[in-house]
Amino acid sequence: MRWLGHALVLAALAVWVAPVGWHVVTSLTPEAELLDLGATWPSRLTLEHYRAVVAASPLPRALLNSAAVAVGTTALATGLGTLGAYALARLPLPGRRAIMLGIVLSTAFPAIATVAPLYLMVRGLGLRDTWWALILADTSFALPLMLWLVAGFMRSLPRELEEAAFVDGAGRLGALRHVVLPAVAPGVAAAALVTFLSAWNEFLFAYTFTATEASRTAPVALALFPGVFEVPWGDIAAAALLTGAPPVLVVLFLQRHLVRGLLAGALKE
Amino acid sequence: MKRGERALAVALVAPALVVLAAVTLFPVLRVLLLSLERRVPVFGIEEFVGLRHYRFLAGDPVFWHAAGVTVTFTVLSVALEVALGVAAALALHRLGRWRAVALGLVLLPWCLPGVVTARIWEWLYQPHVGLLSRVAGGVNWLGDPATALPALVVADVWRTSPFVALLALARLGTIPPALYEAAAVDGAGRSAVFRRVTLPLLAPVLLVAALFRTLDALRAFDLIFVLTGGGPAGATETLTIHAYRSLFGTLQLGFGSAVAVIVFALVTAAAWGYLRAVEGREAAS
Repeated sequence: MRWLGHALVLAALAVWVAPVGWHVVTSLTPEAELLDLGATWPSRLTLEHYRAVVAASPLPRALLNSAAVAVGTTALATGLGTLGAYALARLPLPGRRAIMLGIVLSTAFPAIATVAPLYLMVRGLGLRDTWWALILADTSFALPLMLWLVAGFMRSLPRELEEAAFVDGAGRLGALRHVVLPAVAPGVAAAALVTFLSAWNEFLFAYTFTATEASRTAPVALALFPGVFEVPWGDIAAAALLTGAPPVLVVLFLQRHLVRGLLAGALKE
Repeated sequence: MKRGERALAVALVAPALVVLAAVTLFPVLRVLLLSLERRVPVFGIEEFVGLRHYRFLAGDPVFWHAAGVTVTFTVLSVALEVALGVAAALALHRLGRWRAVALGLVLLPWCLPGVVTARIWEWLYQPHVGLLSRVAGGVNWLGDPATALPALVVADVWRTSPFVALLALARLGTIPPALYEAAAVDGAGRSAVFRRVTLPLLAPVLLVAALFRTLDALRAFDLIFVLTGGGPAGATETLTIHAYRSLFGTLQLGFGSAVAVIVFALVTAAAWGYLRAVEGREAAS
């Protein structure tokens, strides 16, 4: 009886992920068969779409741009965020409550409200169509999240940990580096993962601030995927799966850390 | 010591706050000002018009239609996501050693970029050749104003229910089994246990999940923009899409900013409402 329940749950899950599975099949189906109303299932599997996307589409360059922007955003947010979080969590910071409130509020800011001023700013700084434009724009959602999550992790550490370091003669910065940071490293890693995922997936800023292949990220390249006379569904499917692969791999291999980071943000008082 | 620590605190937090002020606070103030201007860069137009855009919006049927679409999309998708998320969490919670694998599968749609989700569903909905069109005898899901919005909701629910499931599952894991045993001793049936024990304990985390989902639904952009672009005939044009098309489609930076400010106000109001509800629950318990 019990295994029947489990089987039902797993079957429901299979239906849930079927759209992705169907896209995998589509990406491996010969072009001529995709629009064939007589056949649903491909007669043979082919890698022609992946070859076309890798050899003759803007996607490889776009994947590189995405990686640069996501890594840059994560590095900037993690660097600034952990230092700031320590001050917010442990030091006598003037106006701490107001700053925390501002940080929480700014996680709710809709990108549509900030995109026009950021566009004017990016243009004014001459950063249009560069990685930096997107790194700065993505920092607007990455940094508040990082500050909020990491400050939470730091607050949950026992104070005795640092006090032991002070007794040993360490200063605040020494304690931060040798005691606090190693202790919150899993939490920081989780927050960095969430940041990486959201920067990789971001579309509104990326679509608005880029103009050429020099800086277009993978989601933008996918949205603009070129078709000359008809829509190349097979190539688009292959490009979509390549764009989705990095986040999926991250979740697959680092699920435990990621889940921890997500839950910390939502379950904390 | 105290004074030194204060200076250190300011020094540590200053770089983050300066960057944050530049990329969030300043743009938010700037968009408020932009919404009071008429600004069309291609014609070199730049003048202060006060509240004219807001007065126009108050009587603009296109705006009110977009507001209606936004509310419909948000209410439908958040309600379905919470219901499905709870159902999935209850099912996963009973799963034994397969739970980690199952959770990985559930999270798969959630971690995909919105544009990828849009392309996956665009192909499924494609008239005649798409799988969901073949099954339904050639229905043009996204091309028909009657089915386009429900079709979008389905894609959004598919993508974001896992988030609710994840939060609910984590909460279920912290409920002591003794509570269920006590309920069973009292002779409570399965549905009574769910209504009297499980649901009340899940409620706070579901409120948080519903808050996050509501904010995201009000801000939703990539899925709608790529799947329908607001069409057909405006059937799926939410306020966010309307604002974006005004800002960067017709390049009316002032008018588009006014619509964006209204989205901002809606998001803030929703966040405030939920926070009050959470506080109310905490005060009552």
